[in-house]
Amino acid sequence: MEHLLSAGDLSRTDAVRILDTAAELAATQGREIKKLPTLRGRTVVNLFFEDSTRTRISFETAAKRLSADVINFAAKGSSVSKGESLKDTALTLQAMGADAVVIRHHASGAPHLLASSGWLQAAVVNAGDGTHQHPTQALLDAYTLRRHLVGPQPLGQDLAGLRVAIVGDVLHSRVARSNVDLLHTLGARVTLVAPPTLLPVGVETWPCEVSYHLDEVLAQGLDAVMMLRVQRERMSSAGGGFFPSPLEYSRRYGLDARRLAALPSHAVVLHPGPMNRGLEISATAADSSRSVIVEQVANGVAVRMAVLYLLLAGGRREDVS
Amino acid sequence: MTEYLLRGARPLGGEPVDVRISGGVIVALGTGLSDDGAHVVDAQDHVLLPGLVDLHTHLREPGREDAETVASGTRAAALGGFTAVHAMANTNPVADTAGVVEQVFHLGRRAGWVDVFPVGAVSIGLEGERLAELGAMADSEARVRVFSDDGKCVWDPVLMRRALEYVKAFDGVIAQHAQEPRLTEHAQMHEGVVSAQIGLAGWPAVAEEAIIARDVLLAEHVGSRLHVCHLSTAGSVEIVRWAKGRGIDVTAEVTPHHLLLTDELARGYDARFKVNPPLRTQADVEAVRAGLADGTIDIVATDHAPHPVEDKDCEWAAAAFGMTGRETALSVVQHAMVETGLLDWEGVARVLSTAPARIGRVEDRHGRPIAVGEPATLTLVDPAARRTVDPRTQATASPNTPYFDRELPGRVVATFLRGRPTVLDGAPVEQEGASA
Ligand SMILES: [Zn+2]
Repeated sequence: MEHLLSAGDLSRTDAVRILDTAAELAATQGREIKKLPTLRGRTVVNLFFEDSTRTRISFETAAKRLSADVINFAAKGSSVSKGESLKDTALTLQAMGADAVVIRHHASGAPHLLASSGWLQAAVVNAGDGTHQHPTQALLDAYTLRRHLVGPQPLGQDLAGLRVAIVGDVLHSRVARSNVDLLHTLGARVTLVAPPTLLPVGVETWPCEVSYHLDEVLAQGLDAVMMLRVQRERMSSAGGGFFPSPLEYSRRYGLDARRLAALPSHAVVLHPGPMNRGLEISATAADSSRSVIVEQVANGVAVRMAVLYLLLAGGRREDVS
Repeated sequence: MTEYLLRGARPLGGEPVDVRISGGVIVALGTGLSDDGAHVVDAQDHVLLPGLVDLHTHLREPGREDAETVASGTRAAALGGFTAVHAMANTNPVADTAGVVEQVFHLGRRAGWVDVFPVGAVSIGLEGERLAELGAMADSEARVRVFSDDGKCVWDPVLMRRALEYVKAFDGVIAQHAQEPRLTEHAQMHEGVVSAQIGLAGWPAVAEEAIIARDVLLAEHVGSRLHVCHLSTAGSVEIVRWAKGRGIDVTAEVTPHHLLLTDELARGYDARFKVNPPLRTQADVEAVRAGLADGTIDIVATDHAPHPVEDKDCEWAAAAFGMTGRETALSVVQHAMVETGLLDWEGVARVLSTAPARIGRVEDRHGRPIAVGEPATLTLVDPAARRTVDPRTQATASPNTPYFDRELPGRVVATFLRGRPTVLDGAPVEQEGASA
């Protein structure tokens, strides 16, 4: 693995290896936080063109627990505009001797460009690009699903046979794209659930099923349901919005108490955050014992440690444990 | 003026003949012509075409001389085998007055590489609100006959209707950039399987087709002439075919890139493949090829759109739309149409010379038959040559060719504009104080 740009680039073997490594690294953490010397002297740059304190802190924590030097580089361009040149930034980071660049960008493909342009030598980790991909989110979701739903000995296992519904704004969601790719690779059966306006033309070619009806999908018996954030501005954009009202949206696609009760007892509820309580997810669902949303955050650190470790330490496994 | 003898050229791909050029015209055609006093051009196995006419091109001057000038752009045109280009109006200032179109016309004359026919804007400032002074541009020294807001669609149906009606007075044509603006807000590439996967906002085929359908009906209603720029979808071909079947006076163009490239190329986020209208699917490529072969699509025009490096060497969404194509157009047509058996060289002459000259109303000087007494405005092509496209060796001032590193067939050996070579042995012939 040279870069991590898309969940779709990961083979089953790659993905399971990352999840296993994350599990091993998480085990070293135990109750008290311990720093591993693995990446001492290496420099990880968090290059964020888009605000995301949660993701940035998660990567920063992961890098620091591996003893890497971390530089936060907030190159916050207003929107897509020239002037803030990705190329110039890349050349600067190259001159600074960055070993890995974690990039969050509002333009789909920016991490790909960074990795393929020849502007810098560092390993590139996509921390979310436009409406394209967010592979570490998919990895942490898979890690969370495996911990809860795959036997007492999850190491080496994939997610074969699990049924997962991903519900919400698929059209604008890099989380949905990444999860469809990765969960499919790991053997899970994915169903996307959304109003037709929030599904991209072309979704029919994705390795998943598609439904417009959440209740029908719930009735099929799910192992997990992942609720996507619905941004409120989607209601006021061109053409009168993507759906008529927040109320109608949550009536048809929100995870409320009734739908939560319809899930099998073992099923878990995920959300990549930040949540819109009362819109795509009710407080009852968000705070229920089924919800693994808070745990997703902790798992995010372990998975990102694994990714940085595998990219930068080249997977010399004697360094762990 | 030097006399020239093209030895053994094949007019429109036919039987080899010698062609003698003198005083700006073809003076003799036949085998075994004397080369007495003439500069001989070995044209063995070369195809002779009427000089190519590009009905849709961007010269960028005035305003964006960092991307292209009339001089660099027309030099590139000559090297591509063109003897005439229609320069689009989206310059800065916009070519929406007699003054600006005359300026571009004179810059073209001074450069002397090809005849430059400025296209006039339909609306003031391309704003789509009020008609520009179409009559003044038509009556100017530039004698404008093609009007277009290209880059923007004449979206307002009333404005489009008025424009179509108004230009009837001077035999003009409205060349429409068909793009429904609301359906394409923030659009980055063709909307379909690839855009869904790579997460770029879609430019749906229907946004083009809806405008073409509306416009052919408007043209029918007011009995006027419509030209559809850079048609790119299978559905658009169907609509134009239907309109022609009804007797509507519509012509259509396709670009070389839409004859060859598809949206799959966007997967690497290389903005050199970002263009408007976007690269479509393989099914669309096949449909536009078939449409060009059966005459539904009348012409190939380059939509050559130069951009400096910094406008392409960036995130896809931040990059400019457009690709160059003047120096590769004939090669792409040979590759996509001739070598596939869809078009013969007579057909190439039709779609790249005769028909665009007629649509642009310059058929008195361009797209003429290859016959004695006709102007020696000609293009000589070696179809057996092959070359690998390298932007660094092109004459256009901008490097944004989508064919970089691609091998293409054919090479323009010579271009003549009224008996004067602008290209000989594949190299540009610099003019002295040119005034064509
Ligand atoms: Zn256009």
